[in-house]
Amino acid sequence: MNKFLLTVASFGFALFASAEAQAALNVFACEPEWGALAKVIGDNDVDVFTATTALQDPHQIQARPALISRLRNADLLVCTGAELEIGWLPVLLRQASNGKVQPGQPGYFEATSVINLLEKPSRLDRAEGDIHPAGNPHIQTDPRNMRVVAAALAKKLAGLDSAHAAGYQQREQAFDQTLGAAMTRLQAQAAPLKGVAFVSYHKSWVYLAGWLNMTEAANIEPKPGVPPGSAYIAELLDKIPSLKTRMIVYAAYEDPKPSQFVAEKSHLPAVMLPFTVGGDDAAKDIIGFYQDTVNRLLAGLGGKGG
Amino acid sequence: MLTQHFSRLSLAASGVALTLAASGVALTLAAVPAKASDLTDMRQEMQAMQRQYQAALAKLQHDYEAKLQAMEKRLDAAESKATAATQKADDAQKAAAAAQTASAASGQTAAAAPAPAVSATAAGGGNPQSSAAAFNPAIGAVLDGKGMVSSHNPNTWRLPGFALGDQAKPPPRGPSIGESEINLQANVDQALFGNLTIAFENDNSVNIEEAFVQPTALPWNFTAKLGRFFSGIGYLNEQHAHTWDFADAPLPYLAFLNGQYGDDGVQLRWLAPSNMFIELGGEAMRGASFPANSVSEALTNNHNAGLGAWSAFLHIGDDINESSSYSAGISYLGTRSSNRATDPVGGPPGSDQFTGVDHTLIADAVYKWAPNGNFAQSYVKLQGEGFLRKESGAFTALNFAGTPGVATTHSLNSGLQSGFYVQGVYQFMPFWRVGLRYDQVHAPSLGPGFAGTTLDSRDLTPRRYSAMIDYSTSEFGRFRVQYNRDEARPNPDNEFILQYTVSLGAHGAHQY
Repeated sequence: MNKFLLTVASFGFALFASAEAQAALNVFACEPEWGALAKVIGDNDVDVFTATTALQDPHQIQARPALISRLRNADLLVCTGAELEIGWLPVLLRQASNGKVQPGQPGYFEATSVINLLEKPSRLDRAEGDIHPAGNPHIQTDPRNMRVVAAALAKKLAGLDSAHAAGYQQREQAFDQTLGAAMTRLQAQAAPLKGVAFVSYHKSWVYLAGWLNMTEAANIEPKPGVPPGSAYIAELLDKIPSLKTRMIVYAAYEDPKPSQFVAEKSHLPAVMLPFTVGGDDAAKDIIGFYQDTVNRLLAGLGGKGG
Repeated sequence: MLTQHFSRLSLAASGVALTLAASGVALTLAAVPAKASDLTDMRQEMQAMQRQYQAALAKLQHDYEAKLQAMEKRLDAAESKATAATQKADDAQKAAAAAQTASAASGQTAAAAPAPAVSATAAGGGNPQSSAAAFNPAIGAVLDGKGMVSSHNPNTWRLPGFALGDQAKPPPRGPSIGESEINLQANVDQALFGNLTIAFENDNSVNIEEAFVQPTALPWNFTAKLGRFFSGIGYLNEQHAHTWDFADAPLPYLAFLNGQYGDDGVQLRWLAPSNMFIELGGEAMRGASFPANSVSEALTNNHNAGLGAWSAFLHIGDDINESSSYSAGISYLGTRSSNRATDPVGGPPGSDQFTGVDHTLIADAVYKWAPNGNFAQSYVKLQGEGFLRKESGAFTALNFAGTPGVATTHSLNSGLQSGFYVQGVYQFMPFWRVGLRYDQVHAPSLGPGFAGTTLDSRDLTPRRYSAMIDYSTSEFGRFRVQYNRDEARPNPDNEFILQYTVSLGAHGAHQY
């Protein structure tokens, strides 16, 4: 019996010890882009756990036990916000019983809180589909937003971990310069995309379109989150020639079939975009993600899908 | 010349100070409604404040720039044109740097200032809600309806060998609304969260399903619930019935927990600081729901009266890989009963009575798989729970052999009763799912002494086979068709159940 108690006690101690031994700041990132950004800014001063991958629809994530336990041990939560995670994050926050990362606390950070969101719905009604009252939350497709979020995240990290504040600031500045240089290069490369209109599967691309001066002219989903029926597709196919669109765009996590079907019928290339870091092999990091997005759009303009 | 530089510097400095002060206010305000689980309210407040702040900042910048331009005009006039031109460019850069420093020094909200994607409406701002409405709790309603066709009378449905509670029966025949639920929830203050769920039953009775207060700031990762709640035992028990994958509860839930165990009491949970999910919990409750019935004890001199149910549970879970995850648990529920009345087979209602103790043990396991972990397209969910129960005490009935029509009490040791269900659900395309379930219960024979009573199991094993298909119109609406082949009675019953479940207004996130 004594031996049993000893084993239980040492097991318990081991659990505590393993939690205490990690000096680095534990960051819980909801989406891969914020996980990658936290790693760039935090480097070895942070331990980043990313809850989802680029191949998972961020609207539909299961509140898995592993996410609850990771959030329980987190010092900082970094999520998109604007209700993108409304279907799963509240349950994690409730069950993780971690006071540090609750909304309003210093350990709670929503990337959309530092961005002025576009496409705020004028009518709040679920008959309009899966709409986000605060505006379109898919901000990561515009690198200018990424720079703003990076600056805010560096402040956040420095505030939580003042001992390494200088490191966070330095790495953020270095990242800002690298990204700034990449943007200059990419904007030059993307010059032919200016004014180009495209059809997308989900309404995810307003920020990308804003950055490259493109137009998201129509969506394959009749309403956000609602899969298209054949009648709606027929209507869309009738409309596409008048929209003068040059390609069909869909995200890596989305089912390619509806987009490819519309592309085939309308004789336009279907372009898969990584949507976030890790969406495809080339989008290994944040810069790679933007580079690959521009490359794929340019290929689409040249008539090549994929 | 020198004074002009000075005034310019002080202007820049006051700009920085104002920006800092404004963002300080915004941050302080944002920190007040801490610990919000009511994300909607929080978010609206945050956004309203953000808009106000951005409007203020935009105005500040505008004023600042206007003043700077005025200054520069005077400077231009005073200085020679050649030097002024270079000076201007230089100053513009400095001003930009000052603005950057100001926003950089003042935290996350201020970083919105140089946001590139700022829309023209940034300074528009929204009116904050009037304070009376702003603090309303989140309100949600669930409407649940069923239609049932069956070959046997559902009112004569029994599980041989089990004394059943009042909810252990199939849905009523024909169309009927099931439970309609109204849910209110909000943070009470910085330390508490409150939740109230009122269920309107099919017979127009009103039932408080859950009414609990949850402290949100307990130390060491403890959470607690006070009030009425569904017990944390098992897997399905804590979830609201409308989130279940089948239209009815599995047989062991009907036999052992009267559908679902909810009671008034206290719950304490603790989450281990490991990467793997390990949660321990326990509850002390009044014992007001089947299989407990200790409320009448309150009138006696028993010092334990009023605390007739207790539980302990361990839940674990983790990711197996990117595509799959699991959770598992083991739970115990102990209940005490004093004259718990149930309806016998073919006798006056409530004439079976039990006084004694129930010990129930539950093991549960759930496994989920989706390609790349993307549940939007397709997924598989497998789950099962096993039950063991021992009931000991005294059983009173009118139909004991030898004493028909006379209430006779016999000492009871139920032996080990058992039951389990296994089920699988497959989403084969977005919004469409199919599922299969098998469930059974078994009570050991109690010998000739109990022959003819409700507890006479005749050593039968009631079992059921179910299949369902459901279609969701969105996350908020679902239609389901379910077929049960129910072998609880000697002649198998064929049941068809149609069900719709819709959810209005605030809609809580789903548990795993």
